[in-house]
Amino acid sequence: MSGTGGDSRHLPRHHLLSVLVENKAGVLARVAGLFSRRGYNIFSLAVAPTDDERFSRITIVVDVESAPLEQIVAQLDKLVNVVGISELHPSEAREAELLLVTVGADAHERAQVIQLVGVFEGRILDVSLTEITVMLAGSPGMLDDFEELMRPYGIRELQRTGRIALPTLGSRGDRRLRVLEG
Amino acid sequence: MELTGAQALVKSLEMQGVEVIFGLPGGAILPVYDPIIDSSIRHVLVRHEQGAGHMAEGYAHVTGRPGVALVTSGPGATNIVTPLADAYMDSIPLVCISGQVSTGSIGTDAFQEADITGITMGVTKHNWLVTDAADIPRVIAEAFHVATTGRPGPVLVDLPKDVANATMEWYWPESVDLPGYRPAREPEPAAAAAAAALIREASRPVIYAGGGVLKSRGSQALRELAEATGIPVVTTLMARGAFPDSHPLSLGMPGMHGSYAAVTAMQRADLLVALGSRFDDRVTGQIATFAPGAKVVHVDIDKAEIGKVRLPDVSIVADCRLATEAILEALREGAPLARERLAAWAGEVARWKQELPYTYDREEVAPGAAVAAPGLPGRPCLLKPQYVLECLRDATPEDTILVSGVGQHQMWASQFWRFERPYSWVNSGGLGTMGFAVPAAIGAKVGRPDATVWAVDGDGCFQMTAQELVTASAEGIPVKIAILNNGYLGMVRQWQHMFYEERYSEVYLSPDLPDYVGWAEAMGCVGLRVDTPEGVMPAIEKASQVDDRPVVIDFRTDSMEQVFPMVPAGASNDDIVVHPAQRSKLEAERARLR
Repeated sequence: MSGTGGDSRHLPRHHLLSVLVENKAGVLARVAGLFSRRGYNIFSLAVAPTDDERFSRITIVVDVESAPLEQIVAQLDKLVNVVGISELHPSEAREAELLLVTVGADAHERAQVIQLVGVFEGRILDVSLTEITVMLAGSPGMLDDFEELMRPYGIRELQRTGRIALPTLGSRGDRRLRVLEG
Repeated sequence: MELTGAQALVKSLEMQGVEVIFGLPGGAILPVYDPIIDSSIRHVLVRHEQGAGHMAEGYAHVTGRPGVALVTSGPGATNIVTPLADAYMDSIPLVCISGQVSTGSIGTDAFQEADITGITMGVTKHNWLVTDAADIPRVIAEAFHVATTGRPGPVLVDLPKDVANATMEWYWPESVDLPGYRPAREPEPAAAAAAAALIREASRPVIYAGGGVLKSRGSQALRELAEATGIPVVTTLMARGAFPDSHPLSLGMPGMHGSYAAVTAMQRADLLVALGSRFDDRVTGQIATFAPGAKVVHVDIDKAEIGKVRLPDVSIVADCRLATEAILEALREGAPLARERLAAWAGEVARWKQELPYTYDREEVAPGAAVAAPGLPGRPCLLKPQYVLECLRDATPEDTILVSGVGQHQMWASQFWRFERPYSWVNSGGLGTMGFAVPAAIGAKVGRPDATVWAVDGDGCFQMTAQELVTASAEGIPVKIAILNNGYLGMVRQWQHMFYEERYSEVYLSPDLPDYVGWAEAMGCVGLRVDTPEGVMPAIEKASQVDDRPVVIDFRTDSMEQVFPMVPAGASNDDIVVHPAQRSKLEAERARLR
């Protein structure tokens, strides 16, 4: 069940931008503010420091129907704290996302839920008499599948992180990262 | 050498070559005002922080150097948000330094605290909150670098009071290190060659010159390109003066209130050479029907402008002057351009200029004509605003700098003045900031004390920022203000007249309240009033003789007058509405074009 690049359920209207930013106060507000004031839609967004503490990476899934991708990238590139932008087509990216979900699982259902968690290679974080909390990492499509399978048991709470992504190894030619520089 | 943060700030501004600061002190910025006493930098004390911002803009417009404004925290800083937004829209280099509450108080709703870096994020190129006095020289160097390079624009540096009071060891950075800031500059030769190829093929080309020509000091290059190719030139509201209006190839201003020749030439063009212009909605009208047959060469230093509105056939992301020169160079490399290749087009364009120029009802201002009681609401008055502008144009020195506010008077100023040289026109284009003229004129006069500076203002605009004439009087800055007083918010009235069945809602201001002459005198200015055509020239002459204080002339103009031509908002440029007296000529032209 490892994540495959082009997931057919993720329509091409969504595009991945991997944005390298200076690790400075207010950077996320600058990026988010740009999207909101220019009317660009963010589908999901994940931020974390990189291996170089001077920089953070923001992975943004953008809705390219709200504005042309070139325009979004060019506007982002104007932000002084944005150091580089890599544009990843879904077919050329390995995407991953983390999901935490608490589902209803009483004595009758518990075994079924645990079995499904096993199939998806998830981890059980917490168990009570009536509920189970599960953690699952994988491609967004796989998490969607799992979410659907859990739904009949009754989803009590669910949290997803938004995607992070790297280019597929086979696509790392010159199209790999359209890093915008100079 | 140990300095306080405040001393380091002032010294950093001196290192940047700043000669004047427009500002107003307050609690959080107090530490900075102390070393200003000992600085060589001139400080102009404004009466409202918005005035400081627009003065800095006017200064930057005419000098090309960044304008600097200094304000306190909270309301001081929020009062300058409008000028920052204005400068952002019109790409004016502006450095605003704001005081902030002490770092320990930030986020506690302290007295006069406002999150000004948050508030101004969307209206500045970048902003900084300084949290360590040792960062001050570096941040100031970065701020000036960002404001003045690439596409110029406003920046803000927020300085907490405790940081200004802290000490640091003075240094001055040799260079700036901004890994995410790499403005374009040099044009790609291949793109310039592609642009040249399109120019060679075109039979109905138009150069669409925008503010980027002026920002890049590219007027001479523009003129050379136009003359080498014989391509007619339109100059947008932000580019007035970039190409001489008297030049045979000049078509004047395009857009909503542009000349018929400029609007129509663009509509009929088979090539638009856009130099530092951004396909603003006031130029294009309805996008879908804008210049439908034209290929586009788009030169802009801001990559995000390329394809934002109209997809170009060739784009050059570079400094506008350098790109224009590169296109010229590429043209010179090939076979000489045959002069007669554009003869048919030149003839057509010349006919539009000839047949449908800007006009107004001139016969009513004939000398000796009976003058009706002026200025009453809804009653025609015989003093036409366009006539005032023509007199002013003809009676003032050639190197006069003209500043305007926003509205009908601004459009008439652009239409009826004759702009012959760059940096002689200062106005608020993109944001359309009423109240811009008086403070911007003061800033322009500070930047160019040798030049005569006239502001043309509306009565609505004047009431928004007139208090800065107190600043001008106190500081000895002799600007001249011509109020085209029609007693209305005239442009809004015009829209209500045309699009809301003459239902005038909240647009009447009264020409008599306030008493502009009395108000001018109270502010230390010479105040004059003119309500007849015969009075215009003598008043301008009188104003011209005053050079020790500001002058305000209250011109009581016809409140019914409308700006023509007009392309209604959202309509196609093909549906341009001309002055009523020109309608039969327009029909004849349309018949020809069909």
